[in-house]
Amino acid sequence: MLLIPCPYCGNRPEIEFAYGGEAHVVRAADPRKEDDAAWTEFLYFRKNPRGDHAERWRHAFGCGRFFNVKRNTYTDHIEASYRIGETLP
Amino acid sequence: MTQPYRLSAGGRIDRARTLTFSFDGKRYTGHPGDTLASALLANGVHLVGRSFKYHRPRGILTAGGEEPNALVGVGRDDAHFTPNLRATQVELYDGLTSESQNRAPSLERDYGAINDVFWRFFPAGFYYKTFMWPRKAWTKFFEPRIREMAGLGRSPQTPDAARYAQRFAHCDVLVVGAGPAGLAAALAAAKTGARVILCDEQSEAGGSLLAEPDAQIDGLPAAEWLKTALAQLAAYPQVKLLTRTTAFGYFPHNMIGLAQALTDHEGERSDAQPRGRLWQVRAKRVVIAAGAIERPLVFPDNDRPGIMLAEAARIYLERYGVLPGRRALIFTAHDGAYRTALALHRAGCAIAGIVDLRPNAGGPWVAAAQKAGLAIYPASTIATTDGRLRITGATIKPIAGGSGQRVSCDTLLMSGGFTPSVHLFSQSRGKLVFDATLDAFLPGAPAEACSVAGSAAGVPSLAEVLASGAEAGAAAAGGSAVSYQVTNAPVAQGGFIGAVPYHGDPGSVRAFLDYQNDVTAKDIALAMREGMKSVEHVKRFTTNGMATDQGKLSNMNALGIMSPVLGKPVPAIGTTTFRMPYTPVPFGYFAGYARGELFEPERRTAIHSWAEAQGAVFEDVSLWKRARYFPRGSEDMHKAVARECRAVRNGVGIFDASTLGKIEVVGPDAAEFLNRMYINAWTKLQPGKLRYGILLREDGFVIDDGVIGRITDTRFHVTTTTGGAARVLTMMEDYLQTEFPELNVWLTSTTEQYAVIAVQGPMARKVVAPLITGADISAEALPHMSMVECKIAGVPARLFRVSFTGELGFEINVPADYGRAVWEALMASGKPYDITPYGTETMHVLRAEKGYIIVGQETDGTVTPDDVGYAGMIGKAKPDFVGKRALARKAFAEQTNRKQLVGLLTDDPTLVLDEGAHIVADPAQPKPMTMLGHITSSYWSETLGRSVALALLRDGRARTGEQLYVPLATGNARVSVVAPVFYDPEGTRLNG
Ligand SMILES: [Zn+2]
Repeated sequence: MLLIPCPYCGNRPEIEFAYGGEAHVVRAADPRKEDDAAWTEFLYFRKNPRGDHAERWRHAFGCGRFFNVKRNTYTDHIEASYRIGETLP
Repeated sequence: MTQPYRLSAGGRIDRARTLTFSFDGKRYTGHPGDTLASALLANGVHLVGRSFKYHRPRGILTAGGEEPNALVGVGRDDAHFTPNLRATQVELYDGLTSESQNRAPSLERDYGAINDVFWRFFPAGFYYKTFMWPRKAWTKFFEPRIREMAGLGRSPQTPDAARYAQRFAHCDVLVVGAGPAGLAAALAAAKTGARVILCDEQSEAGGSLLAEPDAQIDGLPAAEWLKTALAQLAAYPQVKLLTRTTAFGYFPHNMIGLAQALTDHEGERSDAQPRGRLWQVRAKRVVIAAGAIERPLVFPDNDRPGIMLAEAARIYLERYGVLPGRRALIFTAHDGAYRTALALHRAGCAIAGIVDLRPNAGGPWVAAAQKAGLAIYPASTIATTDGRLRITGATIKPIAGGSGQRVSCDTLLMSGGFTPSVHLFSQSRGKLVFDATLDAFLPGAPAEACSVAGSAAGVPSLAEVLASGAEAGAAAAGGSAVSYQVTNAPVAQGGFIGAVPYHGDPGSVRAFLDYQNDVTAKDIALAMREGMKSVEHVKRFTTNGMATDQGKLSNMNALGIMSPVLGKPVPAIGTTTFRMPYTPVPFGYFAGYARGELFEPERRTAIHSWAEAQGAVFEDVSLWKRARYFPRGSEDMHKAVARECRAVRNGVGIFDASTLGKIEVVGPDAAEFLNRMYINAWTKLQPGKLRYGILLREDGFVIDDGVIGRITDTRFHVTTTTGGAARVLTMMEDYLQTEFPELNVWLTSTTEQYAVIAVQGPMARKVVAPLITGADISAEALPHMSMVECKIAGVPARLFRVSFTGELGFEINVPADYGRAVWEALMASGKPYDITPYGTETMHVLRAEKGYIIVGQETDGTVTPDDVGYAGMIGKAKPDFVGKRALARKAFAEQTNRKQLVGLLTDDPTLVLDEGAHIVADPAQPKPMTMLGHITSSYWSETLGRSVALALLRDGRARTGEQLYVPLATGNARVSVVAPVFYDPEGTRLNG
């Protein structure tokens, strides 16, 4: 079970969290200006790396906040956790 | 004579007390301190099981958790029965009842042993090859036969009567294994004040020291030193010693799973006390001191009962005072077996000889054996063994060749050296490094905050084991290591991997390397001939090291066989992945408290108790219990639902809608937020008005719906489906926090704050109005799709004029604590109109008559608003909402022939179609037929006196008037396509 550092609450066990998929998948401010290919990419295409991955988690059974985590998908080591809106360290 | 193989003195058993136990119905005796295995051996019982595939007679091979043969079922009755326990780990108690496995009718006469006669037909990969075809024969014939013949213990058929506990714990240092390395590590860590958990799978801490009569540590006999070490640890308040506790799994971020047996050893326990406890320990540092596992030698017929690992035999002698036989033959490539021979010799067991694979073994142990006059056969091998249910002899041959010499024996003790137990380290994803001197994989760079000490790290002598433990413990806790003085503990060396040279026809001998899975050296060779080059492929093809073995006994020997054939050194082949659990853990440990009522929470509404008292029949809707119908007298569901439907259509019905999800959306930007979430337009919705909202996912498909009321400019009362409440709130939070953080909006789940009572039917207003204060609820003042805040029966309420039945209706939201009181007030007020409580089944029928969809029934995650005929609800002027851009994609916009919501009427008005049934144009077309859609809802409509159905149909709206077919088990039903509204299409009744 991962030990996930919530930027608001600190380290908490994985059972308190819900996974939120890849981070930094930006929803365009004005989707009308996006072409079909760009929108399809936004909707359906995600990285699936073996290694470092920026991903979203929600502290569902805690503060309720979404935040970002940089996790190595192979070692499961978490190198950073940071708030929504902040850039990947 | 009882316990003929028990010595009169020595060991850690209590001879003053005698315990009685049974094995396969026969009664035996043992002593406290015994395991089932040691007690059976004391009684001369070696034959304890039949092998998995060939049903060969098998004996006790080991003295620990790696035991592959002595798997037994233990328990006084079915509710306390555990199969597949290792007899070497089952502590003896008075009255213990045990049985062998995988034999019929008895161990001595087993019909399955026919497999052994025909063994040539059961090679590795047999299952994959033989049972490919025909498919039907698999389920009808092969599988039941295999399940009967193979497989291990029987599953109990009654629920487990035992209780299980679970606990979370944190510590600075977790030490796995309380042998000399683990004890030294724990002592070093504890000295710094660190919080230490020390666990060991055995009943006593001590590991190898429990069978150590010779060595001295710091001037004390090992057993005495052990006592003082344990006393020191016990004196530290921050140290916890857990015996009977197996570290079975190493999980990410230094979380270790421990299974602690609590009462198994106490005998016929009371079920009030938990049987076992699952620990989830989060440790800052872990020290793995799990020891090493002795390897069998792979030689022909190395699996007869009486054949045992040499160190195991020494443990039975030193710890339990038991001799493995009267005349022992030793076969070894490691000095440790000489130590066993010497100890047995001293204890009065004849030594038939020591057969050593090594040409010129030397050192103190060999010298001692020579001095004792034991016959040593260097550079020799064992070509075969004999004996049926027990070994009776073996044939010794020089490796160089020449004639064999048969010697008789009743036990054969073998040692191929020791394999460090790197299982936990490997589970932690630490890298293993091959050590060519030791022929062993050793822990390399760790992936977690852990280190490995003692023989698990390949450290050979007791002095070095203690030192490495002390060092690891000190390093883990930031302290300094003490050193230990060890005397009279000469190091034992040697080892062999692979199949020994045996000079036989390789096709006709069976030399087992995985006893539990019946894998022979020949199977490994076959796997490689079949093209399996990777060790993982060989494992799967042969099942070598699978199941509970996890490579404990078999892994290195398999690699030793593969290496010369592949022409690759062992490290180039690599090793298989060791998986958790290290040893099997009963399911109950994982279930813990989550059984029965505690398995899943049950949600009940404020009106539940009333419905229960009325004899309502409930159904599960997500975690909620919902009243499905309210039978009167002997009514079945059909009759009750018909009556409830008539009541709503002709008079008035009352329905508990409390399970609807409710979210309070509040803030200056609340309307804008809903604009961006729902397809509908919200800006112009006036306070006091309701609107039916549709929520899409970003990919454009309907995910939820519900009526939304505007309470004030900045406050909305959003309802969701019963099952979707949490999902919708999470989705809203996601967008609010991550995409629209500039919006000033607060979201609060209010699902459980409100009880919701629907009063529906032409008489609804007459029932509700007399209870209302502070509002006019006349048709003019409160038209359909509007709401008012008022009091009902003196209770503050949000009164919605809304209908999911097509009749004049109200949904009354009151604080949940008052739900039942308001419900009862409404029942009293409705008495003159014969107000009728109705359940979810009637609700479903009534809404289907009106063509109102249920998300999850008419939709399946691939349905757009237009598919269900709701395109008109889309707020056309809005620049954006979740799902809008996806729906505008060409792929959608230009797509034709999508499935659309339609109504279906059967030619036969009494026929109720099966939900989920497919629709075809021509039932006579060849299979596979072109399927045009499927039935989503289908009911008997009491109102219309006929069946009605909703369906998703390709290009459905354009097919109105067409006749299609629904193939059913009872024949092909012809149906007509109609609009999906069967009752009051103009909606005049709604506005009554
Ligand atoms: Zn938090």
